[in-house]
Amino acid sequence: MAKVKGAVVVNIERCKGCNLCVVACPSQVLELSIEANSKGYNFSTMVVPDSCVGCAACALVCPDACITVYKVRL
Amino acid sequence: MTVNEIINPANLVYEKPKVMNDTPMHYCPGCSHGVVHKLIAEIIEEMDFQEKTIGIAPVGCAVFAYKYLDIDWQQAAHGRAPALATAVKRLLPDRLVFTYQGDGDLAAIGTAETIHAANRGENIAIIFINNGIYGMTGGQMAPTTLVGMKSSTSPNGRTVPLNGNPLDITKLLAQLDGTCYVTRQSVHTVGSVRKTKKAIRKAFENSMMNKGTSVVEVVSTCNSGWKLTPEASNDWMVENMFPAYPLGDLKDL
Repeated sequence: MAKVKGAVVVNIERCKGCNLCVVACPSQVLELSIEANSKGYNFSTMVVPDSCVGCAACALVCPDACITVYKVRL
Repeated sequence: MTVNEIINPANLVYEKPKVMNDTPMHYCPGCSHGVVHKLIAEIIEEMDFQEKTIGIAPVGCAVFAYKYLDIDWQQAAHGRAPALATAVKRLLPDRLVFTYQGDGDLAAIGTAETIHAANRGENIAIIFINNGIYGMTGGQMAPTTLVGMKSSTSPNGRTVPLNGNPLDITKLLAQLDGTCYVTRQSVHTVGSVRKTKKAIRKAFENSMMNKGTSVVEVVSTCNSGWKLTPEASNDWMVENMFPAYPLGDLKDL
């Protein structure tokens, strides 16, 4: 079976911590961080990077277009 | 393979559309406006129409849409976006002209402009964001507010004897001969975002093929106005908005 690995990069300063990406992620990769960005928002971050499959669900539902998604086939 | 090895331009599958600039959006966290802005930017990029698109910004939260999408914009007086779009499209028929309006703009003060532009069959696309509330001015009741829904001007919930029935303007527009494509979508899940993108793309193509007026209603959330978290707003929308405003195509010629 072809394995797929993904990774997301969150634009921390653009993120408003709305949590929609966390809910949308089918692999529970994302969570809101404990630290905040300069505006005081707890930004989204990868907590289980190994589970990411690069499906881009988080990026599609992100209202602020702050997520960039990468994917490789192993 | 480490995360740093995966993060490489060759493996890119999704990034912020180039038509959308880096200005941080003023919308509240979790607002549906951002998703729809992003979809419009993606479609314009895919159609390669950045130099040929003229958007008409409304009055309401989306009034600053011109700050975020790098295309030509006009800003209309409250509710007058379809009238301004009529003028723009008639003077520049080779351009893609769309209006971007909320329910307070399109279904309240702009009802006449909307209905007449659609009835004349102007070759424009109308993107209608329906969150059942006046978001920008503080969550007042709009014509699309649901029966029983609380807002700052109906603190005990909207009642029919006092406030009348909610206005389903999209259904009304579908009856008119001038419209060619009328659909109702949402952007709360991955699947619905993809469907909405297809719908907006079709509306834009109809505008370029001079088929008539296309209306894409996006049933949206206003978590600040509804006093809920973005996540709870989506659930509330599915539970309460969808029975009153069912998703799907109302007209497709």
